[in-house]
Amino acid sequence: MEFIFNLTPLIPLFPLLAFAIIVLFTHRHNRLSSSIAIGGIALSTALGWTLVLATILSGEHAWAEGWQLRVPWLPAGTTVLELGFAVDGFTAAMLFMVPFVCLMIFIYSQGYMKLGQPDQDPRYARFFAYISLFAAGMLGLVVARDLVLLFISWEVMGLCSYLLIGFWSFRKADSEHHIDAAQVVRARQAALKAFITTRIGDVLLFSGIALLYSYTGTLTFRELFRPETLETLQAISLLGMPAVTVIALLVFGGAVGKSAQFPLHVWLPDAMEGPTPVSALIHAATMVAAGVYLVARTLPLFIAGFVVADAPALHWVAVIGAITALLGATVGLAQDDIKRVLAYSTISQLGYMMMGLGLGSLVAGIFHLLTHAFFKALLFLSAGSVIHGVEHGAHIAAHNGHGHGEHFSPNDMKIMGGLRHRMPRTFVAYLAGALALVGIVPFAGFWSKDEILAEAFHLWRADGTLNLPFWVWLAGTLGAFFTALYMGRQLGLVFWGEPRHAAARHAHESPSSMTVPLIVLALFALLFGFVNAPFLGNPLHHLMGNVHEVSEVVHAEAIPFNPTVAGISTVLAVAGLLLGWSLYRNYRAGQVEPFQAALGPVFTVLRNKYYIDDLYQWAIIRPAVWLANFCFNIDDRWIIDPFVDLVGAAGRAASDIARVLDSGVIDRWFVEGTAQLFNAAGRWLRYSETGHVQNYLLVVAVTILLLLGLYLYF
Amino acid sequence: MNFPFLTLITFIPLLGAVVVALMPGKHERALKLVAVLFSVPSLVLALIAWLLSAQAAGEMQLLEEAVWIPTLNAYYRVGVDGISLPLVFLTTLLTTLSLFYSAYTIKKRVKEFFALFLLLETGMIGVFVALDLILFYIFWEVGLVPMFLLIGIWGQPQDRPQYSAIKFFLYTLVGSVAMLLAFIAIYLTTGTWNILQIPSLKPLAGNPALAIAAFWAIFLAFAIKVPSWPFHTWLPDAHTAAPTAGSVVLAGVLLKLGGYGMIRILLPFFPDLFRQFAPWIGVLALISMIYGALVSMAQWDLKRLIAYSSVSHMGFFMLGLVAAAASLDVANPVLNSRAIALNGAVLQMFNHGIITGGLFFLVGVIYERTHTRDLKAFGGLSAKMPVYYGVMLMTALASLGLPGLAGFISEFMVFRGAFALIPTYAIIGIVAIVLGAAYILWKIIQHVFLGEFSEERWQKIFNPAHWHFSLDMARFEVITMAPLLFFMVLVGVYPAPVLNGINAATTALLAGL
Repeated sequence: MEFIFNLTPLIPLFPLLAFAIIVLFTHRHNRLSSSIAIGGIALSTALGWTLVLATILSGEHAWAEGWQLRVPWLPAGTTVLELGFAVDGFTAAMLFMVPFVCLMIFIYSQGYMKLGQPDQDPRYARFFAYISLFAAGMLGLVVARDLVLLFISWEVMGLCSYLLIGFWSFRKADSEHHIDAAQVVRARQAALKAFITTRIGDVLLFSGIALLYSYTGTLTFRELFRPETLETLQAISLLGMPAVTVIALLVFGGAVGKSAQFPLHVWLPDAMEGPTPVSALIHAATMVAAGVYLVARTLPLFIAGFVVADAPALHWVAVIGAITALLGATVGLAQDDIKRVLAYSTISQLGYMMMGLGLGSLVAGIFHLLTHAFFKALLFLSAGSVIHGVEHGAHIAAHNGHGHGEHFSPNDMKIMGGLRHRMPRTFVAYLAGALALVGIVPFAGFWSKDEILAEAFHLWRADGTLNLPFWVWLAGTLGAFFTALYMGRQLGLVFWGEPRHAAARHAHESPSSMTVPLIVLALFALLFGFVNAPFLGNPLHHLMGNVHEVSEVVHAEAIPFNPTVAGISTVLAVAGLLLGWSLYRNYRAGQVEPFQAALGPVFTVLRNKYYIDDLYQWAIIRPAVWLANFCFNIDDRWIIDPFVDLVGAAGRAASDIARVLDSGVIDRWFVEGTAQLFNAAGRWLRYSETGHVQNYLLVVAVTILLLLGLYLYF
Repeated sequence: MNFPFLTLITFIPLLGAVVVALMPGKHERALKLVAVLFSVPSLVLALIAWLLSAQAAGEMQLLEEAVWIPTLNAYYRVGVDGISLPLVFLTTLLTTLSLFYSAYTIKKRVKEFFALFLLLETGMIGVFVALDLILFYIFWEVGLVPMFLLIGIWGQPQDRPQYSAIKFFLYTLVGSVAMLLAFIAIYLTTGTWNILQIPSLKPLAGNPALAIAAFWAIFLAFAIKVPSWPFHTWLPDAHTAAPTAGSVVLAGVLLKLGGYGMIRILLPFFPDLFRQFAPWIGVLALISMIYGALVSMAQWDLKRLIAYSSVSHMGFFMLGLVAAAASLDVANPVLNSRAIALNGAVLQMFNHGIITGGLFFLVGVIYERTHTRDLKAFGGLSAKMPVYYGVMLMTALASLGLPGLAGFISEFMVFRGAFALIPTYAIIGIVAIVLGAAYILWKIIQHVFLGEFSEERWQKIFNPAHWHFSLDMARFEVITMAPLLFFMVLVGVYPAPVLNGINAATTALLAGL
């Protein structure tokens, strides 16, 4: 068994090697490159699942304690910082999901990116290199034994998201693929926005890591979470709080950026500019999951801060999660782009996961992370299939002379309609994903969302007052209703009614390389919830519930199934779904939207995403650019350089005067020198002119005299 | 007498300069070949010295000593430890690469260029190995003149090379005069020029006011070279005007002379004063970091942008140094934090040399083809020059501190030390990391490589008749970048081999203050 665990570093290494091979050697061969990428992630999946099995078979001790491997990495004074790999029950749970979902996305990409067709872009090989590196980053993150490897993997993912979100910016605008110039610009701006926004979170995490390392001398999870270490951190005071609270909040800052929590959620909807498989990758298995994983992995820090009282780092997680869940779900009501609706849905669901963790329940948060990964990957890939179908429909329509030349976005739900007949397999897959997301029994999302709400409900009832868990439960339940509402709207708009555009009219089903992964994922969306179903004895709880045992502060016990909670949320979900669906299934082109008619100005606010993007543009980006130019002017035009030049000009003038006095002849040098003294900067030093030797010798002389005087004086 | 490693490393380039100068000027190929070959032995010997000494780099290695000018009591004393070894290696590496690169790109006054460049190398290495103040000062000045001429003669006419060259010269000269006077004052109280001996003699201990004056005089000389805000305005002009190889060495090595001086001379000579003034120097470091990054963000000239980014990145170095100097406690946790901070500072110098040196080469790549550095003139080049895009992206990411590449390791250590010792500064300094990502990705990557490629715009700036190599990076350009990329990855993925020596030396240095 030990031997198998020793292979753990290979899990991220396979896709990393695939990345290196593609970039260095095979980047001219698209088919070969994509096969290498798929081969790499397939090996990771095989090894990952073997490790999952090995962990499960190793028994309870291995689930909590885990296996580890470490290497000395960074010499630090008299100590050495180590870097390493570890596998415990939590890692095993992640290893079941991450490589497999990645594999499905990779296979799907091969069809989606139109390989083997004559008009293919030579950069598709690079696409597979990037997604391999992305997968390597996420896999490195989950097998990390310490915050060092975790942070490296974390940032590698940030880089890949930058490269992939901006992927279309490599292409030329071309009507063939419905890529206009504005979209190319949007792609690169979205990439930049994603990187910089998450980077803000990253430096907070970076600070948290630096502080942890300063106070404890280690960055290994198990050592950090020892009770004595946590007590030390509780005892130190920092900014008027226990250090552990400050550090937990900084770490959470990183998660807020990566997992697109309010107020750093703004990058995620724009990330839709990337190719659809990338959206699936970012929104399901990797990237946004990383932030939730981080909070879960460092949960003892949050709880230790909580235990000291008056330092509720944990509360912040729940509050931010609840705000994000509601914000995402409401904005999702008013978007037209099929992928953007899903993006806001992701933001909202990530909020649920944070709510679960914020209530102190590791398993509830992670369970939802796992189920969400399956059904959100499914939804994105199905949406990609829909878009693909509509694009093809546009081709056919153009070929038949319909709708030629007019511009439209293949992502726009307003032009779709009636696609359930034209793309039946995609429709079934989409429906499975939607039902899982909305939380209909027995789909996966029902079990995981229910666990979070049950947790909140339980904590509320245990206390009895209108405490935080009550508000969290209320937000979650309301969010569930809105989730159902926007999914009902989306299903109605896309799959019911009549096509509202020639492209939708001519849409047809996608190739099997795309639909097969959809069907596999749909099965998971249907069945995966049972891994932690209460009536099966909450198996996931047993596997990963005790990973933080060492800290003595995290106590994981499964909350029993609560019919009240499940009943309320199911009723609301069904109602929302039916309401949205019935209002939109007969929507006609040009008609005022039913929600708009009902909500009026509120709808406008939602459509404009609560104006948060505009606020940032106005309050942060513009001032930053202004400040940059301001500093440059100080440097170059207003203060520093003019002063330097003035000193030079004065020196030059002095030397000229000296020479003039010396020779007693007033010539053009004096005139020019004096004129330049008043004439400001820039022109005074021309190599061709004489006088420079005196110039600097004079400076030397003056300085020597000054300092000599200083010396003698003292 | 042991094998005179350091003498050979330092003076073989000088010999090369003489040989090149004596060769007939018309055989340009032979001149170039001889010049490159004369730079190789130093590189090889520096690498061997580095590998041999890594184990015990806490102490001075490869010492050589001889009486030099008896009337002045000046000795020829050289030696290296874990702090100077990486910098010596960096110097030899960047010089060899610069000469190799210039062999393909320098067309004007070839003989003078290569002779001066080799002379410059001797001056730079000399500063890193000198253990005698007079020797240190001489080498310091020896490097000044060739660089002055490189900028003035081989600079691009539109960049005001003469103005820039003289600005560079005067700035540095003001500093070095101040430094010389301080050295003389130190000699008068201690009776020796020996850099290793002076700390134990407590220079100027009996005259606090003079000690303070000497401290700031030496600080000024080094701060101009680093350069620290507000003594930095020579740098953007000099970098912009200098030919590619000149910029590489200017950013890659010359700035480190100042940083090295602060660690080797200023800190050990005046540890108490340094601790006393650390808050002020820390403020300068913070301004350099943030202000440098902001001004970088406002640039539209690619080379000027990278020049200002140097101000920001050398600010990181200063922050690490200030953190290490902010306390004199040698009890274990504090000493470790200080050592980490100083490790970060030294490694930041090495990394900055590798990364920014690389960035200047990469500016050269596009400038040689298009004769413009205007960021608005490019766009969409990733499609036209994919290899160039890949190499530039990697170097740029190393520069913005992406984990897995070199820049991150030193930033991490600097901030690790700073958070432990000067937390307020660390919190403010963090802003520079975000800004770094902004100017590098927004300005460089977006404007040059992404977006739509316009054939029309490209025709305007690129004339195939004037460029004889491949459009994407030519082989000589790839060869020039390859060693730099190797070190970016090596240090980023597994920093222990490079850091072991540095760590030994900094720990010993700090423990002995």
